[in-house]
Amino acid sequence: MFQILNIKGSVNFLRHAVPISILSAILVLGSLGSLATKGINWGLDFTGGTVVELEFSNPANLTAIRDGLTSEATDGAIVQNFGSSRDILIRLPVKEDIKSDLQVSHVMSAVTQLDSAVIQKRVEFVGPQVGKELAEQGGLAVLVALICILIYVSFRFEWRLAMGAVAALGHDVIITLGVFSLFQLEFDLTVLAGVLTVVGYSLNDTIVVFDRIRENFLKLRKGTPVEVVNTSITQTMSRTIITTGTTLVVVVALFLKGGTMIHGFATALLMGIFVGTFSSIYVASFLAIKLGINREHMMPVEIEKEGADQDTLMP
Amino acid sequence: MLNKYPMWKNLMVMIIIAVGAFYAIPNLFGEDHAVQVVATRGAEVTASTQSAVNDVLVSQGIAVKRSELENGQLLVRVNNGEDQLIAKEAIADALGDKFTVALNLAPATPEWLESMGGSPMKLGLDLRGGVHFLMEVDMGEAIRKMTEAKVADYRTDLRAEKIRYAGIRNGAKGIEIKFRDAETLANAERFLKSRSNDMVFTDRSTGSDYFLIANPSDVYLKQIKEEALQQNITTLRNRVNELGVAEPVVQRQGAERIIVELPGVQDTARAKEILSATASIEFHMVDQNADAQAAASGRVPAGSEVYQRREGGPVVLKKAVMLTGTHIQGAQPSYDEYSRPQVSINLDSKGGSIFSNVTKDNIGNPMATLFIEYKDTGDKNADGSVKMKKIEEVISVATIQARLGRNFVITGLGHAESQNLALLLRAGALIAPVYIVEERTIGPSLGQENIENGMQAMIWGMAVVLIFMLVYYRGFGLIANLALTANLVMVVGVMSMIPGAVLTLPGIAGMVLTVGMAVDGNVLIYERIREELRNGRSVQQAIHEGYGNAFSTIADANITTFMTALILFAVGTGAVKGFAVTLMIGIATSMFTAIVGTRSIVNAIWGGKRVKKLSI
Repeated sequence: MFQILNIKGSVNFLRHAVPISILSAILVLGSLGSLATKGINWGLDFTGGTVVELEFSNPANLTAIRDGLTSEATDGAIVQNFGSSRDILIRLPVKEDIKSDLQVSHVMSAVTQLDSAVIQKRVEFVGPQVGKELAEQGGLAVLVALICILIYVSFRFEWRLAMGAVAALGHDVIITLGVFSLFQLEFDLTVLAGVLTVVGYSLNDTIVVFDRIRENFLKLRKGTPVEVVNTSITQTMSRTIITTGTTLVVVVALFLKGGTMIHGFATALLMGIFVGTFSSIYVASFLAIKLGINREHMMPVEIEKEGADQDTLMP
Repeated sequence: MLNKYPMWKNLMVMIIIAVGAFYAIPNLFGEDHAVQVVATRGAEVTASTQSAVNDVLVSQGIAVKRSELENGQLLVRVNNGEDQLIAKEAIADALGDKFTVALNLAPATPEWLESMGGSPMKLGLDLRGGVHFLMEVDMGEAIRKMTEAKVADYRTDLRAEKIRYAGIRNGAKGIEIKFRDAETLANAERFLKSRSNDMVFTDRSTGSDYFLIANPSDVYLKQIKEEALQQNITTLRNRVNELGVAEPVVQRQGAERIIVELPGVQDTARAKEILSATASIEFHMVDQNADAQAAASGRVPAGSEVYQRREGGPVVLKKAVMLTGTHIQGAQPSYDEYSRPQVSINLDSKGGSIFSNVTKDNIGNPMATLFIEYKDTGDKNADGSVKMKKIEEVISVATIQARLGRNFVITGLGHAESQNLALLLRAGALIAPVYIVEERTIGPSLGQENIENGMQAMIWGMAVVLIFMLVYYRGFGLIANLALTANLVMVVGVMSMIPGAVLTLPGIAGMVLTVGMAVDGNVLIYERIREELRNGRSVQQAIHEGYGNAFSTIADANITTFMTALILFAVGTGAVKGFAVTLMIGIATSMFTAIVGTRSIVNAIWGGKRVKKLSI
């Protein structure tokens, strides 16, 4: 058998914990700063408005299209390429007294003058009220997810570990959002789905490490908490690398091949996988140690019993 | 530590995977071009319709693949798109306008498979094209209608009870009933309370003003909203059926909104016109004591209101509604003896008895038909909702000649209007206006493109993962790959089995992601086995420990991911819901295949014998 990592004993991962935590803190603060100053480039789902996706028969001239959109109905339109030079996306803001149908028909009459064979691939209109509600709901969803996880992990593990896990998740979500804010990538509903998936994925990683920490506290009779955590991280390292690798491969495939409509989703996941893997060690585990996790906290009898149960259930 | 699965367990694994695979099969067959025939105007699709359609197709020389008569609709499958178009034209010509003939794509699942409940995954609009509307019901209007009716009720009730009131009106704070003294107020309050327990009465008397305010109770308010939503859903469903769209979706979302999805529809203008038109009629008695001209200049008698006639001129009508459009069961456009357009209406039995009672008491009196329509003004309110304009016109005033029953006619409309009114009345009036707050149209080419992109991503991702697992874990890798493949097949199978599950583009992304994440279970187990082997455990012990210790980790990790997927399902709409569904199914099936499935194979190969070395 060949191993990606073949480590005897344990690696002192936490030796670098302090400088890395500082780096993490800087990233989080930077993300918050960007969110505060630049905000998020909310997509149609959240702001409301109208989007028209067009396919031209020849590479489209963006300037010519912009120049064509001169009417009041199309005022403030954003014209951009979408995937290829022939595919164009036009975003129109919500107008007080102009219906979206009128906006679309103005766009169509303008672009058919440039290219009579233009195809209307997609039209979406979202009322501003719906968008606002959705943004509130979305934020609430992330919050509820974090709270549910806090409760579950406290229940299954221990509150110090739960705090660590939730801090790591908050860290991942904030940095992912920060990247979207910094580069002003469009944040739509699929990106929100991506962010929630990041929560799930990052937690996956954290739980695997925690599970081992719990086991090792019970099994290794000696060793400081730091040593136990280091051993646990080392033991799960090759699993972490492999799973991160396979997930990364499919997410990259989604990013490259999945088409423009799920680009944002794939981007959020790409970010989340990197940050999530890293935070399970340097944020989640480190915080749990700082909160004073030790062997006594890991002694609940029921958990051992539960493990025994499962052995007979799923041998 | 023999690592043997009992027979039943192996059988269970095999059966579950076989069932999953079986229900995944329908997805391999693709779709047939089909023509759908639905009856509209009181007609019915029967076996004779079927044979008529058959004859038409024979005469056109079009081969019929299969013709099914189900749930009052006929579905005829033909060989290709060209035949489909010809067939549609020919059938529509032959059957006339009592039927809606629409193009459709029907899953080409063989009959034997279909009879066992097999059907392919339903594709979301983003994968097959179509229109999606999110509509909001104007609840303010629904409540206003209710209070208006109450005002009329209280007036007649109090009068009948000989309780003298000074005035009743629908005010800003609720229904305001004014009295001359405290005693009458107390009497009225006692009486009204005993009559209606769905309203809350409060005494708002100040000084010499004696006011009683009635407001709907919270429970009643909720009930009104619920009924308005339900009725609008029914009505919209009827209207969608009139459009002749294959597999439309009309469902509620939350307390005030309705989703309408029309797959394959590209002409949004026509769809919108039919869906959001909120024409309705009401019958009122004409207030003969009032002078129309005086009323028009502002002197309107209490209990009456001024309306405009369609042809011009004011007319004073009693506020009390004799009958609303909700009781209308059928409406057909026709012509009277002078070939003027009219609409023949038939009422349901309740409507019929109400109508027959009021017309009996009013023979010789004029009755007006009030046409009410809500039109989108194009303006928006401050909160971003669409401002609606209410148009009310008296379309006819006729003297009641005799007691009217369940069938009668309305005259005074133009040709196109009578056609339109008949259509809308037949489909049922909307109890409160609805307006579109979200609209998404996806072209069919984009849908196809989305599917291809998703498939490409899946194939590339899956190929790399499979190769890696095989190289890295060898024998065990092969088993993991089998599990992964079985997992994918099962996700497809379960998605096909669950009636509400819809495959969307993010759903495909969810499947791709499942491929990447599902190996985690096996990686955890295998790494653990390797670790145990390194620690000097025997082969059998290592397998046992590996699976045993990894189980709780996998369970914890997956339960938490499942929770986030569940939350996503709760808040998401459309495509995102699709993602959440595939993710949840993927987690459940991957836990099964990665833990129980691979164990079954591992046990069969290595369990129960002396093994020196594992291929891991």
